[in-house]
Amino acid sequence: MADALLKVERLAKRFGGIVATDDVDIAVPEGELHAVIGPNGAGKTTLISQLSGTLIADAGRIHFAGTDITRVPAWRRSHLGLARSFQITSLFLDLTVLDNVALAVQAHAGHSFRFWGNARRDADLRDPARAALEQVGLAHRADVRASLISHGEHRLLELAMALAGKPRMLLLDEPMAGLGPDESARMVETLRGLKRRYTILLVEHDMEAVFALADRITVLVYGRVIASGAPDLIRSNDQVREAYLGEDENV
Amino acid sequence: MTPAFTLRNVVIAALVLALALLPLYVALTGDRFMLTLFTRIVIMAMAAVSLNLILGYAGMMSFGHAAYLGIGGYTTAILCFEGVTSGFVQWPAALATSALFALVVGALSLRTRGVYFIMITLAFAQMAYYLASGMARYGGDDGLSLDTRSQFAGLLKLSDKTTFYYVCLVLLFGSIALIWRLTNSRFGMVLQGVRSNEARMRAIGFPTFRYKLAAFVIAGTMCGLAGALIANHTDFVSPSMMFWTRSGDLIVMVVLGGMGTLFGPVFGALALLFLEQFLPAVISAAVRPFDAADAAKAGEYWQIVLGPLLLVIVLFARGGIDGLLRSFSDLLRRSKRPGHG
Amino acid sequence: MTLFIEQCLNGLQFGLLLFLLAAGLTLVFGIMDLVNLAHGSLYMLGAYFAATFAAWTGSFVFGAVLAVAATLLVGMVVEVIAMRRLYGRDHLDHVLGTFGLILFFDELVRLIWGPGGKSLAVPSWLSHSLEILPGIQYPAYRLAIIVVTLAVAAFLYVLVMRTRIGMLIRAGASNREMVGALGVNIKLLYTLIFGLGAALAGLAGLIQAPILTVQIGMGENILILAFVITVIGGIGSIRGAFVAALLVGFIDTLGRSFFPELLVDLLGRQAGATAAPALSSMLIYILMAAILVVKPQGLFPAGSR
Repeated sequence: MADALLKVERLAKRFGGIVATDDVDIAVPEGELHAVIGPNGAGKTTLISQLSGTLIADAGRIHFAGTDITRVPAWRRSHLGLARSFQITSLFLDLTVLDNVALAVQAHAGHSFRFWGNARRDADLRDPARAALEQVGLAHRADVRASLISHGEHRLLELAMALAGKPRMLLLDEPMAGLGPDESARMVETLRGLKRRYTILLVEHDMEAVFALADRITVLVYGRVIASGAPDLIRSNDQVREAYLGEDENV
Repeated sequence: MTPAFTLRNVVIAALVLALALLPLYVALTGDRFMLTLFTRIVIMAMAAVSLNLILGYAGMMSFGHAAYLGIGGYTTAILCFEGVTSGFVQWPAALATSALFALVVGALSLRTRGVYFIMITLAFAQMAYYLASGMARYGGDDGLSLDTRSQFAGLLKLSDKTTFYYVCLVLLFGSIALIWRLTNSRFGMVLQGVRSNEARMRAIGFPTFRYKLAAFVIAGTMCGLAGALIANHTDFVSPSMMFWTRSGDLIVMVVLGGMGTLFGPVFGALALLFLEQFLPAVISAAVRPFDAADAAKAGEYWQIVLGPLLLVIVLFARGGIDGLLRSFSDLLRRSKRPGHG
Repeated sequence: MTLFIEQCLNGLQFGLLLFLLAAGLTLVFGIMDLVNLAHGSLYMLGAYFAATFAAWTGSFVFGAVLAVAATLLVGMVVEVIAMRRLYGRDHLDHVLGTFGLILFFDELVRLIWGPGGKSLAVPSWLSHSLEILPGIQYPAYRLAIIVVTLAVAAFLYVLVMRTRIGMLIRAGASNREMVGALGVNIKLLYTLIFGLGAALAGLAGLIQAPILTVQIGMGENILILAFVITVIGGIGSIRGAFVAALLVGFIDTLGRSFFPELLVDLLGRQAGATAAPALSSMLIYILMAAILVVKPQGLFPAGSR
């Protein structure tokens, strides 16, 4: 495979006696939507946290666009083009939807030691923010306080914020968490629309979504990769069926 | 669209007007005590405004803010003692020493979170307190008097109480205007984001430390100026200005008035200092019908009421005075438009 | 040399006293996540109660026992009326609310006992000195303090490590939702823990009364030291509080005895004499700041906080 945009080599992380990430290898070429699945406790969020920089790995390497980012702090990874959405909604709840996304835009608009001027009327911030909201279909809620929108809209806002920084790659941690069937379908369509323009690492539980969207799938159990490859391969892999898909008839 | 003529805005406008016209009232009634009291209120309001920037807008619980009052005050007093009476030297010096202290304290403290941050800022303030009480040359525990107020080459006579009051008032309004611009700017948005969800701020790409430090230094410097003012007001500085309970008083002012609002700190300073002055009288009046003999004495224990009052405010009126005004404004607006809400 | 040994013992005694105060604070902080600035007020109440009860009963010990009981009671009442509503809230709310309680208690004490302060005498049967080492005399009362506080420390250790309540305490420190989910009466547990903390504070207050002070506002001064210890030791860790308290006790006492000489040599009589107590006091804060800069979570951060 030509040099992957994201290359994870022998990544490892322990918490006391628990091995959360065990010798994980993943390679995601540019433009691919790569899904990471696994039962609860498999270490999927821990993996994403290490990729985004919220956690620092104990061992192994992470390469992004040719650069070794294993020890690069989270805020700097964002500037390298790696954006993340959170499994547990982590927004600026006391600010409006537009404010939320505008902040994400602002983070990538140079330094913020600007003490004059009204940031809320700054077209350089507001216009790209509205564009990101359009992309996820939330433009009509721009001026509502984030705490007042629905859970489904929170998940879309999470996505919009990740997109606002014009990243090269998205790390999406269970974007469908807690969504009903209609909202899930909407999210799948939104993600489908993002597919070629962004490289995506998608952690998800929703198997329908995963098999509808993924180019390739990695299966994580107890922190280890037990299988990785095209969706059909994964679907028919015995180990995977046993460990995970066996209990799940939604395939 | 919130209309401009809300109850809250009217109250604020009335307050600004009242503050501006106070010396007129004093001239008419000869009540010089009011001038002294309100000068103090205005200076404390400025200190509270500076704390509000980091506490109210950025969510940084600094328990050592009174230190800057002391640092600004002592710089002014020490220079005066050593023969440098020009305000043109003293005040910039006060700003510089405060800024430097804030820079050092901030650089060391801002890596900690929550209660650790509270404790470390408190520790540095206590260090400043002990430093001041350890300086024999400058009075130690007894404090240091200022022989003369800051001189401004005849342009401003600070020894004239009315002039001094207006200087303080202008500086207060200037500070509020500065905070207003600051908090609406990109810098201000970063601070609000940090208060709302710092982890997310870092995730989206903000190196939050440097912005917090900048806000910390700005707040400390502004408070240092308030310190120079208070030294002039009381013609005296003492280490007790910086004891940790004074930082507590400042926090009370900010919260009481309404955190993260422009005029909250002014409401808070007014309320606290007013309570200090008038609650005793209120209590005495309340007790008198029951026990005329001890009524006056009862007033002395006004903090027995203030204490639980703080607790009640924390539990039930978290938005402070500004919050209450907004609630009343909303109530009025809605009751005037039947069928709405 | 004699002086050094004596100061070491003083440091030990002061450290143990601070431990009593800090233990209650760190317990409440660690388990209920409550920042209680009014802890110093309970310390003050212990001293005042002891002074009054000792005068009534004519006996130091009876007075002490009653004082501890009274402080325990006050603590539990305060918990039920005020503290309960603060659990789960922002630390800022705790700081403000308990700051209000400080004001309240200071005034209440002034109302009940007057502004003058009180005195509590060292009990007669402890007012002599003992020869602990050949040629070295040490006040019996201070030795008693060391013995009593060590006994309390041992009791706390047994309580926390070896009893069921202790297990609940430790469990609560790392995961309070779980403990609630296990069907334990959390409300009662919290009230008891707070009461325990109050009793410890009250005991510390009455113990130091004969040798230090009984006056309004005594809580504010020592509260900071207790917080410093809690933070250095790591919040929620009694072991950490013990180590940190001894450290602080030694540094503060030895600093105060030997620093002045050093400073007078350096700065001259007057400057040295004024600077000495100030710098000695600063030492503790410098120590805490230094520790926090290197280990922002204290020396022994407890639980997953």
